[in-house]
Amino acid sequence: MPILLEIVLPATLENLPVFLEGLTNCARDQGFPPKKISDLELALEEALVNVINYAYPESKGDVSVCCRMDPPNLIIEIIDSGLPFNPLSKDDPDLLLDLDERKIGGYGVFLIKTLIDEVTYQRENNQNILTLIVYPT
Amino acid sequence: MEIQKQKKDTTLVITVKGRLDALSAPDFEKDLLETIAQGEKKLLLDLSDLQYISSAGLRSFLILAKKLKAEQGEILFCGLKGPVAEVFKISGFYSIFKIFDTQEEAFQD
Repeated sequence: MPILLEIVLPATLENLPVFLEGLTNCARDQGFPPKKISDLELALEEALVNVINYAYPESKGDVSVCCRMDPPNLIIEIIDSGLPFNPLSKDDPDLLLDLDERKIGGYGVFLIKTLIDEVTYQRENNQNILTLIVYPT
Repeated sequence: MEIQKQKKDTTLVITVKGRLDALSAPDFEKDLLETIAQGEKKLLLDLSDLQYISSAGLRSFLILAKKLKAEQGEILFCGLKGPVAEVFKISGFYSIFKIFDTQEEAFQD
């Protein structure tokens, strides 16, 4: 499975558009439909913003995004060397609560899990690895 | 992201265009919190030209809604389409907010 695209940059908000543009172009080049690409864009923002906000509280660090095909699926790995954090372990927001009781956060990971076909997390070699698998339809 | 505001009776209609994401949401939130601080109590957010929203935008909406509610105010939405409507649905926002198809329908409420 050759790598189609790999972007490694400091985990900062200002680099977010570079990742999103690179990855959505990559999915488009592979013939993925617009809906799948917009779902991927949103999920990537959510995953990257978590790394940017929480992975490196006292230092600076990189985040790497790697994209490849496992035909017919697109595989995207988001890797950081920051604090261990499994976003999939977080509770889903309670959608039955009214406005007063709603927490203002917790929607990002829920959107990733809802919009992406398969999401897995691994901690390996002191790295967080979040893998998004996007089906073609 | 671009914001336009227009007062109609006692309602401030706010048109939000473009993208409400992690980059733009802080500015959006700051702008509207100032608007609320100036005494606006009823906001109608027209999202017909909003192309993209992420959880950063949802978070801003929740902060503004809670702030307004604490001051006996209200936030309404209209014009949601495509991915914005879908993100609202996934997040269960239709059950906590008044959401209308158009500005006209919101004013008939």
